Amino acid sequence: MIPPQFDYHAPGGLDEALGLLGELDDAKVMSGGQSLLPMMKLRLAGPANLVDIGRIPGLDTIKERDGCLRIGANVTEAQLEESAVVAERYPILLDTARVIADPLVRNRATVCGNLAHGDPANDHPATMLALRAHVIATGPGGERTIDIDDFFHGLFMTALGEDEILTELHIPVPSPGSGGAYVKLERKVGDYAVAGAAVQLTLDKDGKVTKAGVGLTNLSFSPIRASAAEETLLGADFVPAGGLRGAIERVRDAITRASGADDIIAAAAQAAADVTEPVADRRGSVEYKRNMARVLTARAIRTALERAVAGG
Amino acid sequence: MTPKTSADICGMGHSMKRKEDPRFLQGKGNYIDDIVLPGMLWLDIVRSPIAYGKIKGIDSSKALEVPGVLAVLTGKDLEAYNLHWMPTLMSDTQMVLPTDTVMYQAQEVAAVIATSRYAAADGVAAVEVDYEPMKPVIDPFKALEEDAPVLRSDKDGQTDNRIWHWEAGDKAATDKVFEEADVVVRERMHVPRIHVASIETCGCVADFNPVEGHLTVYMTTQAPHAIRTVLALVAGHVGLSEEKIRVVSPDIGGGFGGKVPVYPGYVVAIAASVVLGKPVKWIEDRMENLQADSFARDYHMAAELAADADGKIRGLRIKTLADHGYSDAQAAPSKFPAGLFSICTGSYDMEQAYAEVDAVYTNKPPGGVAYRCSFRVTEAVHCMERVVDTLAHRIGKDPAELREENFIPKEAFPYQSPLGWEYDSGDYQAAMDKAKEMIGYDDLRREQAEKRARSELMGIGVCSFTEVLGAGPSKDFDILGIKMFDSAEVRVHPTGKAIARFGTKSQGQGHETTYAQIIAEELGLPAAHVQVEEGDTDTAPYGLGTYASRSTPTAGAAGAMAARQIRDKASKIAAHLMEVSEEDLEWEPGKFSVKGAPDRSVTIQDCAFAAYTNLPEGMEPGLEATNYYDPPNLTFPFGTYICVVDIDRGTGEVTVRRFVAVDDCGNIINPMIVQGQIHGGLTQGIGPALFEEIPYDEDGNNLAGSFMDYLVPTSMETPAWETGHTITPSPHHPLGAKGVGESATVGAPPAIANAVVDALAHLGVTHLDIPITPDKVWDILNEKGVAE
Repeated sequence: MIPPQFDYHAPGGLDEALGLLGELDDAKVMSGGQSLLPMMKLRLAGPANLVDIGRIPGLDTIKERDGCLRIGANVTEAQLEESAVVAERYPILLDTARVIADPLVRNRATVCGNLAHGDPANDHPATMLALRAHVIATGPGGERTIDIDDFFHGLFMTALGEDEILTELHIPVPSPGSGGAYVKLERKVGDYAVAGAAVQLTLDKDGKVTKAGVGLTNLSFSPIRASAAEETLLGADFVPAGGLRGAIERVRDAITRASGADDIIAAAAQAAADVTEPVADRRGSVEYKRNMARVLTARAIRTALERAVAGG
Repeated sequence: MTPKTSADICGMGHSMKRKEDPRFLQGKGNYIDDIVLPGMLWLDIVRSPIAYGKIKGIDSSKALEVPGVLAVLTGKDLEAYNLHWMPTLMSDTQMVLPTDTVMYQAQEVAAVIATSRYAAADGVAAVEVDYEPMKPVIDPFKALEEDAPVLRSDKDGQTDNRIWHWEAGDKAATDKVFEEADVVVRERMHVPRIHVASIETCGCVADFNPVEGHLTVYMTTQAPHAIRTVLALVAGHVGLSEEKIRVVSPDIGGGFGGKVPVYPGYVVAIAASVVLGKPVKWIEDRMENLQADSFARDYHMAAELAADADGKIRGLRIKTLADHGYSDAQAAPSKFPAGLFSICTGSYDMEQAYAEVDAVYTNKPPGGVAYRCSFRVTEAVHCMERVVDTLAHRIGKDPAELREENFIPKEAFPYQSPLGWEYDSGDYQAAMDKAKEMIGYDDLRREQAEKRARSELMGIGVCSFTEVLGAGPSKDFDILGIKMFDSAEVRVHPTGKAIARFGTKSQGQGHETTYAQIIAEELGLPAAHVQVEEGDTDTAPYGLGTYASRSTPTAGAAGAMAARQIRDKASKIAAHLMEVSEEDLEWEPGKFSVKGAPDRSVTIQDCAFAAYTNLPEGMEPGLEATNYYDPPNLTFPFGTYICVVDIDRGTGEVTVRRFVAVDDCGNIINPMIVQGQIHGGLTQGIGPALFEEIPYDEDGNNLAGSFMDYLVPTSMETPAWETGHTITPSPHHPLGAKGVGESATVGAPPAIANAVVDALAHLGVTHLDIPITPDKVWDILNEKGVAE
């Protein structure tokens, strides 16, 4: 558990960091270090240089501006858990942060790092796919915006260039009538997901689904956006005429009573399971994981609907 | 139980706060890695990536170029001193470092010695080993096939992969009972390979002084004296003799049996220190600990129970295959190669039983340590408690009721079991009654019926175990010939304070507190005034160490006996001080008074001062005693555990909703410590029941070699344990106490497994092997058509 030798750099500003990335050979950007450092200790990664962006001021804020929730590169999972705006309008983010590793890791691990690491077993990618997030990458030529759908290129591979830093994450502010949920199955607390499902829905005034996002965790070599499941949900009418307000139990009851709701949820969940390409491992067989994609997606849809109706 | 002593004295029955905790809680413990000596070097180990193969060459040249690397030791280097092999505690043999063949993944292949921990690790990465892989033998059943390669061809006369065959009971008489029985149930089960996963890994600092020819080894060992004797026996030929070896076991962060064996790393560090004349530190990392250190369990059992139609158990038959990996490196008593597995008849009276175990070699790490279990009792209890439930479900009887009808009645103690044990005492029905009452058994059965009608899956699991702890009577129990007594040396200082030293070694059990309370109980000195020391072979009396819940049954008893010897002498001094006859004295904890004149008294402290200042004529000065206690029998604690589980029909997840543990460990010394032991043991029981296993693929790769896949439960996975107790004193222990540290580890897994099977029994399920993981449960739900 001793990493190979490396040089450590702690730039005080973004320009300095970008300069270091340009100058240094075999450099890797680190913020919280909660994925990279264990890989180095296991000697699975051995960059010659670590550029620690954790001390760069200004990258640790969560704020809504210009129609987006902006999450800075150094925002930790713990910050997400404690954020009032997240608790109020982005329950899916709270769901996600709460099931990542353990509190000690979450005090250091960053939301952006969770994406930049490019690990399909990480939890935020599915959530960000469901939320239609955008990634802001800053390089020597300035900023560029990457659609989350174009960000993940495979196991530990992303659209980020070697000279770029993921500086911010933009999540569209959900319109009224929105709700989301992330449901993760893990063998024990802190485990990578056996499977995970992120669902973000927006309902119009009549209870019809106008926007749907479905992302899946650890069910392929890349995080999956389940488009077919989204299409199944779009246009579905989950809420009886007249809408709903009030106690969550009444909402839950109404959703199950809405005509054909169970069938639509089952169809969407099955559509999500159909696009998975899991591999058998200690977490279970291919069949088990496919079925978990189905079960968890259905559960996430139900919670997302409840939240959309109750909150909207 | 009302304590006999005041809270100031804090003898038995007081929940005294642990004397050792202030230093642990403030980070001031002194663990092995805290020890830093001047000029100390670091050792790190090159390990085999393959499970079986020839070593064609080891190239150390690049490692020696790493700044700070001083030496690379290989098996060939040790061979020059004839130190490349060592005995195991079961009189098998095992390589220290190989000269030509590796036998399991993560086996030690070479050692790098460097001036820093970092340089040592870089050196390990730079050692190049050329292997020629061979097809390993992983499945123990295949190890017995005719065409299996003979793995231990190094052993004279070894023609197959069998290690030993052990059996207990009357086979013919048992077979006859089975032929005549109305009902016979059978279950095959595997109690899989698991690991103790103590928070602190293993390590040592070996410090050889070449001028004095003296070796000090600071070492994570549960049995320092035994280790010193073994070192003297195996390294005598290189000039180490027992008086020049000192083994010091500092604070230990959990042992659970995993720190009884001698690992190659210790031996290589000692060899390196002897060769270099400098202190050498070796500390395992987590993955080395999980992949190379001795495993526990790995028993494949086929159990059969014979009964009358109404469920009266008549006989038990068990056939077992024990996978011992590359070497039989368990630490069981020498006459008990299958440990105390013959406790398998458990809490039930029956006519006959027969158990047999065959041990085999495979290409896996060696071991068979008794992980928080008194030598294979976990396997035995799991087997019996599972198959009892199979019988209950077969004949349609409530599992608790079936147990009650078969309990050894309390009038039958001392009870002779069909496999040869004499159980000292027990009242099994009392523990069952209390557990049922605490959990509300009848209400739960009603709830289960209602839920089953709604297709919800809920199960109730019962386990009524009998443990066998405290080895042991030295006529039966020894390790490498050394008898399994234990010892205490108590010295009372002139001002009435005391030091007490023991042959055992705490690894977190709280000996500094428990032993002080025993002395307090017997002498009436405040426990706060009794300093307890263990673990230094230069100062502590000889003992076999702490494992198998033997400390209170043996060393604790020795402490009580030594204290009584001191009290006898103090009584003579008291008579002298008050100028009365000794027969005229009365004792209450801490004080001798004159019968009929209670105002005339002297305290134990007065007597202590007089022992050094004002003695009766002719009496030897001082106030101390040493006792080596050889128990007349083991102790047989017991209990009933009942748990409730809910199963998620969508994911297969099992949630332990409630868990009630009623334990009977005889008289209790410190109720808080006992409760803590039960809590820890239960958590280490839910681990293997639902999470923990070290599996191997067919190439011999360890599939759970880190905490990412070796799933130790956290507080999030454990229910709020509900504990209770009954008290049935041991008739032969001086304090009426029994061992307790391992009861919960033994009793919890079958309780949980029985609950899961109970939840699925109506679907025709009779058994699931532990660990019962969500995917395993889901496969059954899916197959039975009840998955969500």
